[in-house]
Amino acid sequence: MEQVINCENVKFIYDNGEKDQRYAIDGLELSVNKGEFLVVLGRNGSGKSTLAKHFNALLIPKEGDVYVKGMNTKDESLTWDIRHNAGMVFQNPDNQIVANIVEEDVAFGPENMGIESNEIRSRVDKALKTVEMYDYRKFAPHLLSGGQKQRVAIAGILAMRPSIIVFDEPTAMLDPIGRREVIKTIIDLNINYNITIVLITHNMEEAVEADRIVVMDEGKIKLSGTPREIFSNVLKMKKIGLDVPQVTELSYELIKSGLDIKNDVLTINEMVEELCRLK
Amino acid sequence: MSIEIKNLTHTYMAGTPFEMKALDNVSIKIEDGEFIALIGHTGSGKSTLIQHINGLLKPSSGQIIIDGIDITVKKVKLNGIRKKVGLVFQYSEYQLFEETIEKDIAFGPKNLGLSASEVDKRVKRAMNMVGLDYEKYRDISPFDISGGQKRRVAIAGVVAMEPKILILDEPTAGLDPKGRDEILNKIKELKKEYNMTIIIVSHSMEDVAKLADRIIVMHKGKAILDGEPKQIFKQVELLENVGLAVPQVTYLVRELREKGFDISDEIYTIDEAKKQLLKILRR
Repeated sequence: MEQVINCENVKFIYDNGEKDQRYAIDGLELSVNKGEFLVVLGRNGSGKSTLAKHFNALLIPKEGDVYVKGMNTKDESLTWDIRHNAGMVFQNPDNQIVANIVEEDVAFGPENMGIESNEIRSRVDKALKTVEMYDYRKFAPHLLSGGQKQRVAIAGILAMRPSIIVFDEPTAMLDPIGRREVIKTIIDLNINYNITIVLITHNMEEAVEADRIVVMDEGKIKLSGTPREIFSNVLKMKKIGLDVPQVTELSYELIKSGLDIKNDVLTINEMVEELCRLK
Repeated sequence: MSIEIKNLTHTYMAGTPFEMKALDNVSIKIEDGEFIALIGHTGSGKSTLIQHINGLLKPSSGQIIIDGIDITVKKVKLNGIRKKVGLVFQYSEYQLFEETIEKDIAFGPKNLGLSASEVDKRVKRAMNMVGLDYEKYRDISPFDISGGQKRRVAIAGVVAMEPKILILDEPTAGLDPKGRDEILNKIKELKKEYNMTIIIVSHSMEDVAKLADRIIVMHKGKAILDGEPKQIFKQVELLENVGLAVPQVTYLVRELREKGFDISDEIYTIDEAKKQLLKILRR
C-alpha cells in the first residue's frame, strides 16, 4: 500500500534554554497510508500537536526524518510543495479566518499559490460546495456559527487541493451540532474525495469512525490498531488517562458483573444487538 | 446566596440593522447552594446571561436580584457584587500573567484589600482545593505547567476571592478525559468546602449529567427547559431540535425501550444503566 507520511525515529525537543528538558517526540515511528483515516489520541502534553506540525513542515525533527509523499521535510526547497500536499486545520476557527467575506477567505490559499483567477473561482466554488457552505459564500465570517466557520476553514484548505489534511482538535470548541457537521465533512472528504485524514481529538465517539487509531503517550506511540482493538482495552486506556465510548465502558462493566457479551462493542446499535441476544 | 432573574431582556446593537435579542424575557430563580448547569448551543444566550449575573452587562430591561439587592439599579456598587460573584471565563488559562503561581492566585484577593496573612491563607486554601501542592508549585511559573494545571491555577485565582456564587464558563473545554475528570471532581468538592452556589456552562452532556442538581436549557435567548437532569434528558427530541445531544447511554436506553426492554427512561449515567440492565438480564 502506498504510504503518504513516514516518520522514522523522529525526536523533537522544544529548546527553551533550560536544563533537563524532555523530548516532546521521542523516537517515534509511524506510517500513514494513502486514503487512510487515522485518529491520534493522547493526553494533553503527550506530543500529538507537536507531531501534527511535523506533517507539514511547521516543525522539523531534531533527529530522524519525516517524509510527506516521499519529500523530506528537512529539505527547505520542498517546504511549499509539502504544505500544498498536507493542509492543516486547527482548533479555533476564529484564528484561521483572515478575510471579511467567506469566499475571499477560501480564495486566500490558492491566491498565494499564484493560481490564475478563473481556476481560483472554480476551486473556491467547488470547495464551498463540498463543505456545504456555498450558500454562505457572500457572508461575513463573524455571522456564522462555530461549525460553519470551521467548515469555511476546511474549504480554505480544500481550495489548495491537498491530498492529506491534518486536523488538530477541530471540534473542541464546537457545540454538538457543530461537531456533527465537521465530522460529517471530514468523513465525506475521506470517502468521496479520497483525501488522507489525520484527526487529533479527545472525543472518543469521533475516534470510532477511524480506520486506525494510534494512542500517544510521552512522545511515543503506545497503542495502535482499529477502533475495536483499541477501545476493548478499557483498563489500559483509562490508565493512560483516556476514555472509551460510553457503550464500550458499559459493556466492560457488564462483563465484569458476569454477563456474556462482546468486549469490543463500539456503537449503540451493536450494544442493542448484544443485549437483545441475552434478553 | 440566592439569585433571582426577573424578565431579563438584552438586545445587542439596538436601533441598528444588526439588532439582536440575545436574551428574551428570561426569569430564573436560583437558591443558595444549588449546583446548576446552563446548557445550550453556541449563540443561545448562555454567556450573555452569566455576564449579567456579575454586572458585566446591563440588561435592556428586567431585574437581577442577588442576595436581596437589585444590581440593575443605577447607583448600586458593582464592586460589592463582583466580590460575591466570581466568574471563570472560557479558556481562563490565557488570563494568567504573573511570574509565579502563588502571585497569580494572590492577585485577586490582594485587590480586595485583604491583609497579607489573609491573602496567604486564602491562596493556600485555594491551591489545596484545586489540587496543587502549595510548597511544590508556589514558585513555579504558571507558564511552565500543563494545560490542565494552568486551568486549575486560573480557577484557584477566582476561588481565592471566596465568592458566594461561582460561575464557570466551559471549564473543561479542550482538556483530555483525565484532566476533565480532575477539574470536575474539584468543582464538586469546592461546592462542599466553600458552600458556594455553582453555575457551570457546558456543551458536554456527559459532564453535566455527572454533576448538576438542576439543568437550565437555553435556546434563542429563552430558558426553554428547567429541571432535574433525569427530567431534562428525557426530552431527547426537544434537545436535538435545539442543537443539543444527550449522553450516549441515554440514547442506548431509548433504543432498548423501543426493543421492548422494561427499563427506566430516566437513565443518564453508565452506573445506573449497568444496575438496571443487570436487574433485567439476571432475572
